[in-house]
Amino acid sequence: MTTGRAVTETGGKIADNIVYFARALRRAGLPVGPAAVVDAIRAVEVAGISSRDDFYWTLHAVFVNKRADRPVFHEAFELFWRERGLVEKMLELLSPVAPPRPAETEKPKPGQQRVEEAMQALKERREEEVFPEIEIDARMTVSEKEILRRKDFAQMSAEEIASAMRALASLQFPDDQIVTRRLVAATRGKVDPRRTVRATMRSAGDLILPQARKRKVQEPPLVALADISGSMSEYSRVMLHFLHALSSRRKVYSFLFGTRLSNVTRQLRYKDPDEALAGCSDAVVDWSGGTRIADALHVFNRDWSRRVLGQGATVLLITDGLEREEGADLGAEAARLGRSCRRLIWLNPLLRFEHFEAKARGIRAILPHVDDFRPVHSLEAIEDLVKALSTPAKRPRPALRRAA
Amino acid sequence: MSVRPLPQSIDETLQLLNGAGYVADRSLATVLFLSLKMGRPLFLEGEAGVGKTEIAKVLSKTLDRRLIRLQCYEGLDVASAVYEWNYTAQMIEIRLAEAAGDSDRRMLADDVFSERFLIKRPVLQALEPDLNGPPIFLIDELDRADEAFEAFLLEVLSDNQVTIPEIGTIRAPEPPVVVVTTNRTREIHDALKRRCLYHWVDYPDAERELRIVNERVPGVRERLAREVVGFVQRLRREDLFKKPGVAETLDWASALTELDMVALDPEVISDTLGVLLKYQDDIGRIEGSRSKQLLDEARAELAAAE
Repeated sequence: MTTGRAVTETGGKIADNIVYFARALRRAGLPVGPAAVVDAIRAVEVAGISSRDDFYWTLHAVFVNKRADRPVFHEAFELFWRERGLVEKMLELLSPVAPPRPAETEKPKPGQQRVEEAMQALKERREEEVFPEIEIDARMTVSEKEILRRKDFAQMSAEEIASAMRALASLQFPDDQIVTRRLVAATRGKVDPRRTVRATMRSAGDLILPQARKRKVQEPPLVALADISGSMSEYSRVMLHFLHALSSRRKVYSFLFGTRLSNVTRQLRYKDPDEALAGCSDAVVDWSGGTRIADALHVFNRDWSRRVLGQGATVLLITDGLEREEGADLGAEAARLGRSCRRLIWLNPLLRFEHFEAKARGIRAILPHVDDFRPVHSLEAIEDLVKALSTPAKRPRPALRRAA
Repeated sequence: MSVRPLPQSIDETLQLLNGAGYVADRSLATVLFLSLKMGRPLFLEGEAGVGKTEIAKVLSKTLDRRLIRLQCYEGLDVASAVYEWNYTAQMIEIRLAEAAGDSDRRMLADDVFSERFLIKRPVLQALEPDLNGPPIFLIDELDRADEAFEAFLLEVLSDNQVTIPEIGTIRAPEPPVVVVTTNRTREIHDALKRRCLYHWVDYPDAERELRIVNERVPGVRERLAREVVGFVQRLRREDLFKKPGVAETLDWASALTELDMVALDPEVISDTLGVLLKYQDDIGRIEGSRSKQLLDEARAELAAAE
């Protein structure tokens, strides 16, 4: 096999390019260290390259450690090596006929935007190597709103991920915790006979040191009910990013509603944010349509509330409260929801207007039944949401509320 | 004493249940038969009050086996579900050994953590051999227990064994008949469901529910029973927060029998609606004209059937 020669024959460029490729991957969010780059170059030398696929899987073996990273790697590979035509150049050295180029991708794939951004940054640095005919990512100039309308929901910019992660890092739930009945070992508390006997055995009965245990404290699950109707479209994207990031940290059940209610809990648990959002946009059929809040809450109350609110959940209701449907009893449904959960937080983007007054009928119907009412809009939404979750409940628990 | 044999066919299973006063449909009999035959746990899901727990009780009665019930609740742990050490006795043993100047630690540990000091809780009891045959092990409302306990059950359900660190693995010579029930207050993990045979217990149809009422409510009048069932069946088609289960139908039928009713009338329905419906929203919706309408519909259907 002449591959060892082939790698060096392309002027050491392959090694350089692997370094750049690794840098792009790192920028796109993959944990690629310098050791992996050295490994990759060695792997390519050892494995030899007889086809594009071999080359792909060789790099894949070195750079990808998690299932969630696969789509990002795939996009990066397609983009990086296709543009430079390097694989083909290499193959030309070894065979008279170069393989056909892969077909252009039609739809944005999970991870594509991140990879493109990463590539963009690289291009700026090494301008002398950039091919002049490279396309500029046109989608960057399209407004967020329009992307939503076309349901190309799957793209999340690296900055958005970073900001969601930053907000998450600052997320604390000091007062939002419930005491469970499960007992855990502790330094103080009630005597734990089991551990006491064990500790006593260790000293063969010379010393009896009482060991303690106490009730376990845990974060209650979150249930998010997010409005994705037309009027909310500017916000739904950023809300989903946040819910996705939150889903990896604690138990979150997510529901989206416009004219109907969809459960996207499973989709939001995909590790990669772009895959998760792609899953959501596949699962939901009523993006940016009308709103039927009362119906959505009714369906939730009837079919889901007992299944997801059982463990003292906090409910996040994310909607502007502008109800399209006349006649439905929104007040009664909101009241039922408020009674079924431990705490009901309403996040409303309309609140950002300074002279906002709760005039719309839908808003007035929901308002009496929520524990907390907060503004939410654009990227600041995340910080607001964090604030909402971190502050203690203002009102007593629903059971007490009823009695009062 | 001899072990009562298990049913050998779906028909036999059906007869067995019917004989004990449990009016089952064929789908339930099928899954129950398979579960007994294959030695796999039976996973019953359904709304509250449709007779899930009752199946285990009936099995215990008809097969003449011991019923061991593990009622799940949040915070249920190994100590209250599987085994516990008798700490007081252990402590006394340790003190005695110390007083006797016996300082071999390993011997002492073997002694203190022996079966003599073991208190057996439901799971361990269910794995013990029994003269009448393996017991019926009812794990009731598993959804109430937390996920940690559910994960623990995987070993019990797939291999019929429990591992106690101090003693070792205890394995059932013959697997118990396991019945798991849940009300879906949360989803049970797929890993656990995979080990079981799944059955969704639905509300019975009118004919079966009438048989259940006649079977279970002594002294119920023929006409009353039919009207009660007709009304409840209509009620379940309404958009309610909590639909009445079979248990509620039975309660209602007995309540009305106690009141010496021979037939339903709108006034009595209003007075006793609390037996059927457990949410104020639901009662408010049905009370008054709606209940009269439902009664009229039920009566019309009964008249048409005759």
